[in-house]
Amino acid sequence: MFNNVTSKQWMGLAAFLFAIFVAVPMFIAATGRTDFYFTLTMVALLSIASGGVWLTFYIGRINIGQGAFALAGAYASAVMITKFSFSFWLALPLAGVFSALVAVLIGLPILRLRGVYFAMITLVLTEVVKLTSLALDITNGARGITNIPRPDGLSVFGLTIIPDFGAMENPKLGFYYLACVLMVLAFATLYRIVNSRLGHLCRSMQQNEELASSIGVNISHIRLIVFAISSFFGGIGGAMVASLTQSVYPNTFQVKDSVDFMLNVFLGGLGYVFGPMLGTLVIYFGWDLLFVAKEFQLLIYSTILIILMLILPNGILSLRLKKPGSDVAKAADASGLELKEGK
Amino acid sequence: MTPLLQVKNVTKKFGGLTANNDVTFDVAEGEILSVIGPNGAGKSTLFKMISSFMPTTSGEVIYKGEKISNNKPHIIAQKGVVRTFQETTIFKSMTVRESVVLAQHLRATATLPGYFFGTKAAHHDEEAFGRSADELLEFLGMSAIKNEQASNLPQGNLRALGIAIGLATDPKVLLLDEPFAGMNHDETTKMVELVRSVRDEKGVTVMLVEHDMPAVMSISDRIVVLNFGEKIAEGTPIEIQNNERVIEAYLGSADDEIGM
Repeated sequence: MFNNVTSKQWMGLAAFLFAIFVAVPMFIAATGRTDFYFTLTMVALLSIASGGVWLTFYIGRINIGQGAFALAGAYASAVMITKFSFSFWLALPLAGVFSALVAVLIGLPILRLRGVYFAMITLVLTEVVKLTSLALDITNGARGITNIPRPDGLSVFGLTIIPDFGAMENPKLGFYYLACVLMVLAFATLYRIVNSRLGHLCRSMQQNEELASSIGVNISHIRLIVFAISSFFGGIGGAMVASLTQSVYPNTFQVKDSVDFMLNVFLGGLGYVFGPMLGTLVIYFGWDLLFVAKEFQLLIYSTILIILMLILPNGILSLRLKKPGSDVAKAADASGLELKEGK
Repeated sequence: MTPLLQVKNVTKKFGGLTANNDVTFDVAEGEILSVIGPNGAGKSTLFKMISSFMPTTSGEVIYKGEKISNNKPHIIAQKGVVRTFQETTIFKSMTVRESVVLAQHLRATATLPGYFFGTKAAHHDEEAFGRSADELLEFLGMSAIKNEQASNLPQGNLRALGIAIGLATDPKVLLLDEPFAGMNHDETTKMVELVRSVRDEKGVTVMLVEHDMPAVMSISDRIVVLNFGEKIAEGTPIEIQNNERVIEAYLGSADDEIGM
């Protein structure tokens, strides 16, 4: 299933896996900066949600509502674990499925909108989920859900696959590994989607919806599938953040977070499957590093972002030498076009 | 024998404006039928209604005895009635071959998850699509440009690409939207030959909407003429050329000329 991956790409993947699973923990152990675990775990989790946003860009839709689905997933898992004593390992995928179902319900009416109209509606979604969580009893209103137990152990046929996080000596490391594994799975899935038939159909829709439907592509169906997958990623990311912080509040994910998810994607590069990962890393770390600038933090941060988008409209990854005929590089040009023409 | 495609009393109103009024005609299997008419005669509207890109106000379009109007474009395409567009409607950042491979997706035997996991059926599909894309491009004389990106192609090739994409879906009826618009004499001659070979060798029934009179006269088996949204004539090219009402519609009546 990955037989179109070149040996050079396999090497890159091996280097990447080595870096996140071996080199980073070694570096942190050597420097004693254990606070990096939390930051990097957050980067990994937020990049999963950003990966979802990237996929909606792939069908030519600007999604500024991923915070809504992350929040829905966070609440879904928190409620399942605290109120119905579900195992974390069951609640996590179910939270993703819950977000995907919400996305299908919301997507049915709004996915026919294009460009800025779709973006405007998605911008409202985060607030809607926040207000819903404030109003409902099961989500504890403004008090939120706290003291969510850490992930329990997972064993199959008496064989322990994952130890109980509560009993771990260093749960931070456990979360870091878990987040990285999920991130790798999420992006492998994205990569595979983009390079299989679904991705090709998405590309045809991104480039011309009328022509796509004229050759028999059921565009509303594909849009819904893609939006559901995108929100599944959001739900997984959100559920993991809730588990990491052991709490979820109505403002755990705000409109600003939704905008950040979109910025991560823009910054990394719309044309590159792995763009959201890099974008999230740069934005999350960049913001933290600028903390020294105190009251000028936001000013400097936003100025840098504006400059980056002006000089690198196709994202940071476009700095890489474009391989001739590479799918993603071409998709980058096309999606740039679509955004400008978006009606 | 019942005709392959029937346009029955099709009417389209936009508010107070009637774009098409009670248009009725048949398309027989294996023929090339052209719909012509002056600007604003309602050709494009009719075209969109036949391909279900636009609903009818009243009347219906019937294909093989089944109503296909007021449906969704992709369902009509799945049934075998496929339209093409004018040149700007292409998959800009795909190559010619990629576009044609993609357009065969209706024949996929593997499911979307099947493709995701790379099952045997999916590999089989991919190989088959690649082979038939090469064959089709060879047939259309486009092998030399198959690895060109669509956005880099000149206008004449774009039109051919549009037809290639339409043909790749394996249609029974191909609807061509102004295939000769903006072409010079040589390009038009080539395109006429191409459309004819599509009918002769692929057995595809062709219906086209067109302005270019000489091209229409040379290519069509039959012609339907629209004026102000109504059908004013139907017949062979010779009949149409000698039809009083058609001449009047195109050149204005003798009275008008005196009035000027």
